[in-house]
Amino acid sequence: MSDALEEVFRREAGRCTATLIRVLGDIDLAEDAVAEAFAIAAEQWPTRGVPPNPGGWITTTARNRAIDRLRRESTRDDRHLAAHRLHTDTMDSDHNPELDRLDDFVEVVADDQLRLMFLCAHPALASDAQVALILRLLAGLSTEEIARAFLVPEATMAQRIVRAKRKLHDNHASYRIPRAAELPDRLAPVLAAVYLIYTEGHTATSGPALTRTDLSAEAIRLGRTLAELMPDEPEVVGLLALMLLTECRRATRTDSEGRLVRLSDQDRTRWDRALIGEGHELVRACLRRNQPGLFQIQAAIAAVHADAPTPGSTDWAQILALYDQLYVIRPDPVVALNRAVAVAEAHGPDPGLAALAEVDPASVDHYQPYHAARADLLARAGRHDEAGTAYDRAIELTTNQVERDFLIQRRSDL
Amino acid sequence: MPQYLLSVWHDADYELDFSTPDAQRQAAQVGAFNEELQRSGSWVFAAGLHPASSATVVRASGGGGVSMTDGPYAETKEQMGGFWIVEAADLDAALQLAGRAAAACERPVEMRPVHG
Repeated sequence: MSDALEEVFRREAGRCTATLIRVLGDIDLAEDAVAEAFAIAAEQWPTRGVPPNPGGWITTTARNRAIDRLRRESTRDDRHLAAHRLHTDTMDSDHNPELDRLDDFVEVVADDQLRLMFLCAHPALASDAQVALILRLLAGLSTEEIARAFLVPEATMAQRIVRAKRKLHDNHASYRIPRAAELPDRLAPVLAAVYLIYTEGHTATSGPALTRTDLSAEAIRLGRTLAELMPDEPEVVGLLALMLLTECRRATRTDSEGRLVRLSDQDRTRWDRALIGEGHELVRACLRRNQPGLFQIQAAIAAVHADAPTPGSTDWAQILALYDQLYVIRPDPVVALNRAVAVAEAHGPDPGLAALAEVDPASVDHYQPYHAARADLLARAGRHDEAGTAYDRAIELTTNQVERDFLIQRRSDL
Repeated sequence: MPQYLLSVWHDADYELDFSTPDAQRQAAQVGAFNEELQRSGSWVFAAGLHPASSATVVRASGGGGVSMTDGPYAETKEQMGGFWIVEAADLDAALQLAGRAAAACERPVEMRPVHG
């Protein structure tokens, strides 16, 4: 694929697929039609040039190809039905009869992406299936790329995607935007899935490199789309802000040899000022709405870190207050652990260890960050033997090689 | 309109005993839910079942004969204790009914779409 086409594909494939699913009433048919339209583009654009509205061109071409195919292959009942719908133009009450006019594509498409987002992250699907469907249908990643990113065999990922699509089909899932009353329940899994894609890109579960930039970039792209489509949902804006304020540190998270650099040791002059500025603005905008949520508070914490020119000038009291607020919304061991780290920074390692002691050890026995944080606090409190034991457990639980090397180094520094 | 099976899951050794306050409350809730299903037109069929220990598995053994074994087909700790067949416009509408069913009987409910 040429660069120009690749760029159009990255930007438009998800939007076109989203619209085609509504028009055709079938996910597989829509995917095939969009793939076919891009194949035609690859043939025609190099000689005829890129059309002025590439996304509209792809959508129209895909739709026309799908009609041709339905005519040719209209042997199955559902295809008969789909062909009938296209000819009569009466499929849905919300069908836009203006669809044929290219100028209207942008409007129609925007809503369709939101529909597709809610379909992919339907709460009846497991979170790994939600993530796979979002990456495949909205981000336009191939099954092979998704499988590689999540380190599972391609056949496993293909099966996961097929099964998820079949479940939605067999259960008569509707292609619609949830009503306002349903939104709180339906939006949470959408945001969680996008954030899962981001965190997988931020610290890959395993493998030689610490981050997978491509996945983080896709998550941020999806986050931007969501924020454009739902600017009045503070958690949507909060999620985007959180990702940007985490992303701003990417270049400084590893050294020239790829080793992990802790937040306190990072070269803050190399943090991305543009991302910090944008993140800050978003945090302020959503907090003004005074409907605090999980992502907004985490974004606010990231913003406090980004504000500090040196580690010593970090406003830990403010961070601790935000963790207290977070713990009210989500009283789980992971938040309790992060809160304990903030206590240690604000008041010293011993109060930090005391806060950590309130976490039920059984609930975090397999949670690597708990043992890593506990080891660090014990070391700072001068309890080296216990710190060594905690480091051993953390190292045992670490699957990312870069993180593992870092912990082994810390262990030997004791 | 699509139909869905809502099945209710119990411990395998549950007893039918309607004398306890819990069972009476659940029966009243399920009764009210059933009436609501009938009023709204979602009702197709529903039934509570005797415990799985009362089950018999029958297999056609070719040549017209059958063989029988005592007890349920699946030897699991949980067994189906009852079910509804409901009609709903789509997945979300069906899930909403499933949620109300689970609240009424105070047990987990498995939802599966009926084929066809």
